[in-house]
Amino acid sequence: MMQKPAQRLTLFLLLAPAILWLGLLIVLPHVEILVLSFSERVAPRVYAFGFRNYLEFFTEPLYWRTFARTAFMSILVTALTLVLAFPIALYIARVAQGRVKAMLLLLCLLPFWVSELVRTLGWMMLLRETGVVSYILRAVGAADQPVELLYNDGAVILGLVYGGLLFMIVPLANALESLEPAVVEAGFDLGGSRWTVLRRIVIPHAMPGIVAGCIIVFMLTVGNFATPVLLGGKNGLWFTEQIYAQFITRFNWPQGAAFGMLLLLLSSAIVWLGLRLTGQSLGTTLKQA
Amino acid sequence: MTLCIGSVMAPSTDLDIVRVTKRFGAHAAVDDVSFSVAPGEFFSILGPSGCGKTTLMRMIAGFEHPTSGDIRIRGQSMIGVPANRRPVNMVFQSLALFPMMSVGENVAYGLTCRGVSRAEAEERAGRMLERVGLKGFGERRVTALSGGQRQRVAIARCLVLEPTLVLLDEPLGALDLKLREHMKIELKQLQGTFNTTFAYITHDQSEALVMSDRIAVMNQGRFEQVGSPRELYHNPATPFVASFVGETNRLQGEASASNGAIAVRLPSGAVVQGQGRAGQAALAFVRPEAVALAQDPSLLGSLPNRFEGRVSAVLFDGAASSLLIDTAGFAEPVRAVLPQAGPLAGIQVGAPVHVGWTADAMKVFAA
Repeated sequence: MMQKPAQRLTLFLLLAPAILWLGLLIVLPHVEILVLSFSERVAPRVYAFGFRNYLEFFTEPLYWRTFARTAFMSILVTALTLVLAFPIALYIARVAQGRVKAMLLLLCLLPFWVSELVRTLGWMMLLRETGVVSYILRAVGAADQPVELLYNDGAVILGLVYGGLLFMIVPLANALESLEPAVVEAGFDLGGSRWTVLRRIVIPHAMPGIVAGCIIVFMLTVGNFATPVLLGGKNGLWFTEQIYAQFITRFNWPQGAAFGMLLLLLSSAIVWLGLRLTGQSLGTTLKQA
Repeated sequence: MTLCIGSVMAPSTDLDIVRVTKRFGAHAAVDDVSFSVAPGEFFSILGPSGCGKTTLMRMIAGFEHPTSGDIRIRGQSMIGVPANRRPVNMVFQSLALFPMMSVGENVAYGLTCRGVSRAEAEERAGRMLERVGLKGFGERRVTALSGGQRQRVAIARCLVLEPTLVLLDEPLGALDLKLREHMKIELKQLQGTFNTTFAYITHDQSEALVMSDRIAVMNQGRFEQVGSPRELYHNPATPFVASFVGETNRLQGEASASNGAIAVRLPSGAVVQGQGRAGQAALAFVRPEAVALAQDPSLLGSLPNRFEGRVSAVLFDGAASSLLIDTAGFAEPVRAVLPQAGPLAGIQVGAPVHVGWTADAMKVFAA
């Protein structure tokens, strides 16, 4: 009986850093932002409870259009990343052996040793009017004047897919690795074509990995700031820019807080929808990631 | 030469392997192997692990390609035909059931691959499950089945496609002993009721002996002997077959021919009489059940091989009980079957005993 309170105290002390971390850095700011988002300015330095910040979002087309555009583009980026990452992950998990496998994973990881900002600036050097791609196009005669490849949706998508690739490849390769080779062979042996085996055996098996990768990439993309701003310029129109503008440029913190909450709601809703549509549970997905 | 064999080949066989060789680098995993399997036959390839039997089977299934030679199914060459177009289905060692599908979907998979409508495939899968004794299991997850049930699903999944040939790659290896004994009989019965040709590979000689119509004993990429279980057991063609198939006593010595029989002088100077052919060095084999036991030496009077020994161990295993007998002049104890109904049933370690066997029972080979 004497030991019980002591044990409980030990447990509490062990958990304390994690609880403090979660509480102070994640839960508390979100509560603060939630409260802030419901306050509206009635006079200078006088705030009252109200829904005006949320109403503003729905009445001003720029806001909800940017919002919808962000959601749509993020889904597109996630889908493109999945399509690109799948064959790579398949190769890493099922074809490459030993050192080649480790090398390939390392190659995927390598770009992430430099900061996101530097990576994005790298893309800018390639794509700008005076950049490498433009120069090559002129050199081979495909263009007779400098080509501006930056500041369009294509550049934004390119940058975002590039940034998300690793986070798709790792959970996918993990999921594909656990597929027994004999199961794939049995799929062929019983008369399945490559497509049938992929559709009915490989993809269903990799589903937890696919969903995990998609959730991570989608979250990273929706919340990305540097890539759309740098590669999209004025045409970037990413919702995070609106949040930034409200907090920093306009100094309208309640409005920015409301946008922040909306973005949180959006990504949670889409993740929930994705899980429902694929019939996966959050638990198995997290295990895979 | 190969072409010539092909044109003469009668189409009354389901599978013809013609001088197939498979090399991995300099190593020949399968070395110039030829054999044929008749329709409805249960054909086993028996060999130790690493003898090339799995490679041979994977070539028939289409997962490996022979370096040279031809594989024909019902007279048609399978060279260049991918695995999913061959009239051959395989039961894998791990069974390789599809864990993402239900039992019914596993069985219907092959049918839907062939373009059979979903409804018809389901119905045929249901009937097949009924035939293998799994009626009403269609909706279950494969992970919810016992070992024996999974086995039957793996076989049903092949048989529903009515293949010319079913390949079985040591499918009983993962089962516990009791279930394995049971599945041996069940497999044989299944093969009988469906009258499908089975090619079965195993390293377990008892599996091969119990189930097969014919067995090929394989060693280091080559076939040592092909024959019925009885032929292999009673008339082994090589020392490898003699020692690999069934229990046996192995003696080494120098051969010298004597009238009709062959005498082998053991290093200790003792001489045994046997049948066979050998040069200088000889290997002689005698089965434990061919060794007669008696406490009174006069009962063994007519036998050319007679020795006196002492029981060093009693290996009690019901009807398969045997004795190890330390025998003067023999490097290793002689193993003899101990009949549980005979006068020696109660014999104890240390008891003196006389052993003997006929010259016919002793097979002699060149070492």
